[in-house]
Amino acid sequence: MLEITPLHYSLLSAALFMIGVIGVLVRRNVIIIFMSIELILNAVNINLIALSDQLQDLAGQVFVVFVIAVAAAEAAVGLGIIIAFYRNKETVNIDEIQIMRW
Amino acid sequence: MPAGFTAADFYYLLPELLLTGGALLVLVVDLLFPRREEATLGMTLLTLAVTGAAVVGFTGVDTTISAGLLAVDGFATFFKVIVIVSALLTVLMSPSYLRVEAVRAGEYYFLILCATLGMLFMASGIDLITLFIGLETMAISFYILAGYLKPNQRSNEASVKYFLLGAFSLGILLYGMSLFYGATGTTSLGGMAEALAGGERSLMLSLALVLLVAGMGFKIAAVPFHMWAPDVYEGAPTPVTAYLSVGSKAASFAMILRIFIEGLPSLVADWQLLFWVLAAVTMTVGNIAAITQSNIKRMLAYSSIAHAGYILIGVVAATERGVAAALVYLWVYVFMQLGAFAVVAMLRRQDVIGDELKDLSGLYLRKPFAAVAMLIFMLSLGGIPPTAGFMGKLWLFGAAIESGFVWLAVIFVVNSVISLYYYYRVIVFMWLKDETAGSDIVISPAMATALVIAVVGSLLFGVYPQVLFDHAQIAADMFGSAVSTAALR
Amino acid sequence: MESIWLIPLLPGIGAAINGLVGIRFFGKRLAGVLASFMMGWALWLSLVAFWELLGDEDRFHQVTVASWIPPIPLDTVDGIGSFSVDWSFTLDPLSAMMLLIVTGIGFLIHIYSIGYIEHEPRGGVARFFCYLNLFCFFMLTLVLGSNFLVMFVGWEGVGLCSYLLIGYWYQKKSASDAGKKAFIVNRIGDWGFVLGVFLVFFTFGTLDFRAVAEAASHMPVETAAVGFGVISAICLFLFIGATGKSAQIPLYVWLPDAMEGPTPVSALIHAATMVTAGVYMVCRNAVLFTHAPMVMEVVAIVGVLTALVAATIGLVQTDIKRVLAYSTVSQLGYMFLATGVGAFGAAAFHLMTHAFFKALLFLGSGSVIHGMNEEQDMRRMGGLRQYMPVTALTMAIGAVAIAGIPPFSGFFSKDEILFRTYLHHGVFVPDKVLWGLGVVTAMLTAFYMFRLINMTFFGAYRGPAWGHGAEDHGHDEDGHGHAWHGPHESPRWMTIPLVVLAVGAMLAGFVGVPIAFEAVWPWTATIEHFLHPSFVAEGAHAAEEAHHMSLLGELGLMAFSVLIALGGIWFAYRNYVERPEAAERLAESLAGPHRVLTNKYYVDELYDATVVRGTMGSAGGLWTVDRQVVDGAVNGTGWTTIAASWVSHVLDKYVVDGLVNLTAWLCGEASYAFRRAQTGLIQNYAFVTLLGVFAFVTWFLVAR
Repeated sequence: MLEITPLHYSLLSAALFMIGVIGVLVRRNVIIIFMSIELILNAVNINLIALSDQLQDLAGQVFVVFVIAVAAAEAAVGLGIIIAFYRNKETVNIDEIQIMRW
Repeated sequence: MPAGFTAADFYYLLPELLLTGGALLVLVVDLLFPRREEATLGMTLLTLAVTGAAVVGFTGVDTTISAGLLAVDGFATFFKVIVIVSALLTVLMSPSYLRVEAVRAGEYYFLILCATLGMLFMASGIDLITLFIGLETMAISFYILAGYLKPNQRSNEASVKYFLLGAFSLGILLYGMSLFYGATGTTSLGGMAEALAGGERSLMLSLALVLLVAGMGFKIAAVPFHMWAPDVYEGAPTPVTAYLSVGSKAASFAMILRIFIEGLPSLVADWQLLFWVLAAVTMTVGNIAAITQSNIKRMLAYSSIAHAGYILIGVVAATERGVAAALVYLWVYVFMQLGAFAVVAMLRRQDVIGDELKDLSGLYLRKPFAAVAMLIFMLSLGGIPPTAGFMGKLWLFGAAIESGFVWLAVIFVVNSVISLYYYYRVIVFMWLKDETAGSDIVISPAMATALVIAVVGSLLFGVYPQVLFDHAQIAADMFGSAVSTAALR
Repeated sequence: MESIWLIPLLPGIGAAINGLVGIRFFGKRLAGVLASFMMGWALWLSLVAFWELLGDEDRFHQVTVASWIPPIPLDTVDGIGSFSVDWSFTLDPLSAMMLLIVTGIGFLIHIYSIGYIEHEPRGGVARFFCYLNLFCFFMLTLVLGSNFLVMFVGWEGVGLCSYLLIGYWYQKKSASDAGKKAFIVNRIGDWGFVLGVFLVFFTFGTLDFRAVAEAASHMPVETAAVGFGVISAICLFLFIGATGKSAQIPLYVWLPDAMEGPTPVSALIHAATMVTAGVYMVCRNAVLFTHAPMVMEVVAIVGVLTALVAATIGLVQTDIKRVLAYSTVSQLGYMFLATGVGAFGAAAFHLMTHAFFKALLFLGSGSVIHGMNEEQDMRRMGGLRQYMPVTALTMAIGAVAIAGIPPFSGFFSKDEILFRTYLHHGVFVPDKVLWGLGVVTAMLTAFYMFRLINMTFFGAYRGPAWGHGAEDHGHDEDGHGHAWHGPHESPRWMTIPLVVLAVGAMLAGFVGVPIAFEAVWPWTATIEHFLHPSFVAEGAHAAEEAHHMSLLGELGLMAFSVLIALGGIWFAYRNYVERPEAAERLAESLAGPHRVLTNKYYVDELYDATVVRGTMGSAGGLWTVDRQVVDGAVNGTGWTTIAASWVSHVLDKYVVDGLVNLTAWLCGEASYAFRRAQTGLIQNYAFVTLLGVFAFVTWFLVAR
């Protein structure tokens, strides 16, 4: 029987981080990209909690609480921004966000 | 680590508390007098002035508060003054711009103050958690500010871009921080330095370091993490762009200096190398890319990227003098960069967007004062004596030479020469091209005040830089011990 | 003397007021009077400071206003050196003399400009005076600065103002081109100057003139036996800087073109003050230069060749201002010849007398041009002395002075230079060769100056007709606007400065009467004694070298140079006004002596045609150089001119243009590439960010 150690959580976190990063790079819908970013943040959270457990130190968990709070604030603001954008352009396709370039 | 807050903590938090209270009052004033923009403006200026006074009142203090989460020292005070002065200039250049764009001013000023609050925490945080919260307070405010012109597609786009890329880079930064937490078992910078002292370098530390550098590199727009900057700078409302390029950059540099010099002195050889490359590439790409821009805001964005590269030289030097040079440069940068953006903001009229280079044509004939001011800002950005920009560059140059980074100094000088090309182009447009159409340019009293402050700053510290040098030296002193313990050279 | 820092500041304030407020709101007169007032005030302060200096035993006073660059550690060759610079100003005999020249002549020219510039639109007048005042600000900073860096601030500043003023009529393409040319050529010189300054700091660990001189005086003199050492290198670099600013071979090409600017500008900047900055700088570093005799020789050779080449070119110019421009180049060559033979006092003396008579000549030519309704071609003048007597008389005084006829000022200074050159023993050049070339130049000078005077003021009037049926000289009538009522004397604003300068040109020489006249004039060589402390290191009270030969020999030399000058004048007279009363009588019938002038006219036309055809193929802006080549060759200038012109031509065309274009092209292409990389797509940006992270991580794993 495989014992689940903090290292496994860290590996999970790394995998989640990579999934998030790849999601940011390949998805076309702005909302989904935003969800991928949330995945990255949650990868960070898992990592912090696993390390906190391993180190027997509470600071990591405090950090996580703050990350969750900030992520929530960011989600609120981000969705607002995306809605404002959608009202003007009637699309959430990321390839069409390129008036400004060069 | 002593637990809990004490009354002294609240005393030392006075500037932040005042700013928070003032920001909330701005919202209240806006609610009470919805049609009186002067009231909110006045409240904002008052808040900044009071906060500034409180910050200056802590000159000479050197202490740690809130259970080791925040420091009130010369370094923090120096950066707080930078941040508040740039907020002040930004607010002064805003009203006429907002009027032309026909947007509500209340929340705008509130958000500016919130961003400022975040920057204050970035300047004084000595713990990864506080620094992170300060960073996000600032960043979220800027996400909204960048998209403040709701019906404007460019502003929308700038906001979406800044938000998505900012959140992405935040993820990278946080992942790096979490790895550091794992490696050291603490989030406090001092604790990190102790834990890492004399330790072996591991793969995890290297990865953490690179992620941290990338995350912070995004905030200061260092190449190759700079891609967002030109687009966001172009699309955001001009005063916001100005604040973004100065306040946000200064606060991020404060955070970089704190984290790397105070928290990671034992990894100095590694991050010095990283920042060396980053500085060289950043200034070169920034300057060269700026050459062919025809949009002033975009050009200034690239110029600002290049300046981030210059300031990184101070970080690379990693000595007291290097830090002092970075501080000096950031201080003079406030005046010249904000001044330049103020002139651009002034060009915005009902019928002219005013962010193309050709919109400057014949400015000398229309508004000689503004043209001369812009001339001074351009010369200062280009580092021509006797402007303040020259003094800043001289110090960076001296710091690089002193620490033995001769090649970096050479790249720096070559870049300064390249940059003159596009700064001179602005001057050529103002003086030698014929006037373009468009309604009259109006300089509001607030705008005039901002311009005068910026001009005085850009000249004064070029002719009489002694005061600035002394203060920067005092602010940098706190790093003396941290750096000398590191295995430098 | 404590308030000498105020002297540069006053015109600076004037420039700020005129520039910020004046262009929009000031009337023409107000702008001019304000600027002149500031200069007058500065002149008054200068006189006071000068008077106080005369009463000061040390003859040295330094005022430090503020610390500019606080100490920054920069290693020098000895490991000494924290780099620090003060805003400090020095008053010593040399700077005091320059101070009086700049404020005195500057003041007169400001007054003159009020009259000269009155036809310009309102804002243009204020702009003009703003630039003019700004120029004086920088020039005075240059003169008073007590270290290399403060001097460099002024040095660059006057270059900027020169550029702005040459291109004052920026709508005119030739004017803005000339401005650019001056600016670019000066940059080449500045490159040398800056390298020199770097090397000074690297060697001595300080930039203060006095400290550098003090340190250098303890170092060995780098004679040919000792070899070409660091002081020689410093001096060579500094001299390159001087050739740019003072228009010497090979960088003199900008000065003739600079005549596109308004005439008071030519008088102030391109004759009396700015172009002498190079001479001033060399004199200021006299101690350094005396420790590098080989470089001194180079200075002397370049000086005398420039003097000769420019004088030969001046022989055939028909534009009145261009003659004067070449004459200026030539006279500056004289000054460098003097510094090159170690006669710094004589150089400074000639600088002063030259400031008087050349400013006078330029202002006179401006008065002529003004009276002739912007006509600058001497072939379309003639006989003007009856229309503008004051101008004619004062200009004639100036010409006599520059030709070196006693007792006018030019005689004393030029004779002093020739005398010292005669006594000089060169390192490479055989004795007396420099002197011989100098004497030839003196004759040419006398010739072309009197050619100018004769063509302008004597003979028959050859300009366009005016009015209705008034004096018809058989020339075309299309001429000029209806407002013009024929050549006329200029307003008071302009003639009074002329008279004052003429008095100066007559009398200024008496401060430097040769020692040979001791019997009849007891106050000999006053200015040399006065200036001497500026040319030696502090504490070094070495006796002034005696430069004596037999009294008879010295007087003989003088007589010889006077005869040479008279020969030149006679030659000019013979060619241009042979029997002037006949020329006047026969003017209408176009016969007799007048035909000589007409023939000369055709020759010039021919040159023009040759030049135009010859330059069609080459770069447009370079036609002046070619003109010099062709004219010079025809006139037997010989290979020196060709070589010099060719060098500057090649320098301009290939080195300067080529490098600039190559760099610009590279940067432009790279910039374009970076621009294309900015696709506007968020995911690309994120990808680049990630790529950066990936690259750094890989680098860490592989390389470290």
